[in-house]
Amino acid sequence: MAERTLTVASTHGLHARPAALFVKAVTDSGCTVELQKGERKVNAASILGVVSLGIEHGDEVVVRVDGDDADAVLDSLAAFLEKDHDA
Amino acid sequence: MTELDTGAVVIHGVGIGRATTVGPVVRMPEPVADPVDTPSEREPADELARAMTSLAATAAQLRERGEKAGGTAAEVLDALAMMAEDPALAADVQHRIDDGATAEYAIHAAMATFRDMLVTMGGYLGERAGDLDDVSRRAIAHLSGLPAPGVPESATPFVLVARDLAPADTATLDLDLVLALVTTDGGPTSHTAILAREKGITAVVGAAEAARLTDGDVVLVDAENGTVELDPAQERIDLALQRTATLEAIRAQSSGPGRLADGHSVPLLANIGSVDSAREAVARGAEGVGLFRTEVLFLGAEKAPSVDQQRQTYAEVFGHFPGQKVVVRVLDAGADKPLAFLTDSGEENPALGRRGLRALAAHEHVLRDQLTALALAASETEAHVQVMAPMVSTTAEAHYFCELAHELGIEVAGVMVEVPSCAILADHVAPRVDFMSIGTNDLTQYVFAADRLLGTVANLQNPWHPAVLRLIETVGRAGHEHDVPVGICGEAAADPLLAVVLVGLGATSLSMSSSAIADVRAELAMHTLDDARTLAALAVSAESAETARQAVVSARPHQ
Repeated sequence: MAERTLTVASTHGLHARPAALFVKAVTDSGCTVELQKGERKVNAASILGVVSLGIEHGDEVVVRVDGDDADAVLDSLAAFLEKDHDA
Repeated sequence: MTELDTGAVVIHGVGIGRATTVGPVVRMPEPVADPVDTPSEREPADELARAMTSLAATAAQLRERGEKAGGTAAEVLDALAMMAEDPALAADVQHRIDDGATAEYAIHAAMATFRDMLVTMGGYLGERAGDLDDVSRRAIAHLSGLPAPGVPESATPFVLVARDLAPADTATLDLDLVLALVTTDGGPTSHTAILAREKGITAVVGAAEAARLTDGDVVLVDAENGTVELDPAQERIDLALQRTATLEAIRAQSSGPGRLADGHSVPLLANIGSVDSAREAVARGAEGVGLFRTEVLFLGAEKAPSVDQQRQTYAEVFGHFPGQKVVVRVLDAGADKPLAFLTDSGEENPALGRRGLRALAAHEHVLRDQLTALALAASETEAHVQVMAPMVSTTAEAHYFCELAHELGIEVAGVMVEVPSCAILADHVAPRVDFMSIGTNDLTQYVFAADRLLGTVANLQNPWHPAVLRLIETVGRAGHEHDVPVGICGEAAADPLLAVVLVGLGATSLSMSSSAIADVRAELAMHTLDDARTLAALAVSAESAETARQAVVSARPHQ
């Protein structure tokens, strides 16, 4: 399992549009991905779960990836979260 | 409903605007009822299969709509489709089905859980909560074999026939394709009517018999007469289109300040609620603002914005009206516009509760802050700012508000006449205030004891009724005797012919949705003050709203 702590860059955090794009990337990867903010962990393939974390710009999150190519998938998901999708 | 000599069927309702349109009917599906929690009679595996099939079909439906729409709508609809396919939702649905729920109820309840979670998060996410209800209703409609809710799609222009439009429906309405709106429920203050007025769409609301219209029926929607004619004859269509062309020509010729045929000036002002609507009012030739609703700045707020935050927003709005009048209504919270920091919860009948000025007087610091912010913003701009209080019902309240406003630096302070007691005692109220402004929507609601948002009593929500007009006459007379201006702000002023009657009753200015200004200006220019008084006398002495309007239409000089 690959794990990383990072800071979300999107100006408006992970709300509808960036959240949908992120979840899509997770689903396409075929891996099991967990997203954690504070004490709460959710299945990152669930848009309702991701949105419910209420992730704002600058929040610190933990991403955990389980499955084939977990490291490569983690790299691409981390790159996604560290880019500002509202810019 | 009546039949013409030609055999054509005519349905009656309340017309919004004056235009006439012909086109084919497209019906909005009936809303899907919320499922009830009855134990399932199927095996859990069967229920789960049904639930998953309907959610998958809903996702596909949403994506298909998104692909057709393209752009931002495609992204939004795709996100909704993902919500329908969500694994966390599926787990919750399965859990409920295992406990014996039907697929319908499991989806409804699971979605409601997520929705409530979003609502408690507030802000942007709270606003998305309604989207989940839409996904849920679509899935339940699919399970029940009913058409998907919402405005149906059509490649060609159509007349939309609905029970009433919800705010969410109006947001997705393609206005280029909608020729006219016809509703069976809802009165002149319904969402549909407000949308139609704002966008200048032809509409007939509260036309109960329109329930019998079916998709593809050709109808002639005549807003001026409030009728919907089924299968109109060609000559009726020609006549209607000709009338519309004449109206447009008159409208195009009219410009400048509002005045009667004899030159008597009647300033035409706009009702606004935001900086955007201020811009639109300027573009449409408003001579100022007769009603600036300030609730929009506060809705959704947990506490009142600071004096400085308020000052900035007010100054931005005032900046659009240099040298012109801007009448600001202080917070009108309560009833249909509850605010956490002002409104008492648990009132059984909030329209009759501690709302408007009553709520402000109970939380005077909120009122003081707002008046202070308004006075500061007024001193920074060139607008002639006036401030008025909503829901004033006694002379003492009128006195209290105007004294406080003057003390805090507001030069011109007045009251809204919306409660019958205030209208009846207008001769005592007038000497205590700098102006009075009649809010016809609430005045009508309180005269008839009929909730203005309730479809079942929408037939009573008609400002043409002599019961309302007589109160307006009382206020007009008191204003005249004490030399206190009497404005009208409410949907009544947007009805061109009624606007003439209101001037005849003593209104000195009219305020309305800015889209109605051109039509009202054109109509006023056709009557002298004497004409207006004659028409007003006819309306006031009539027995009902219908006969009042008919009397005025027949007595109106021919164009």
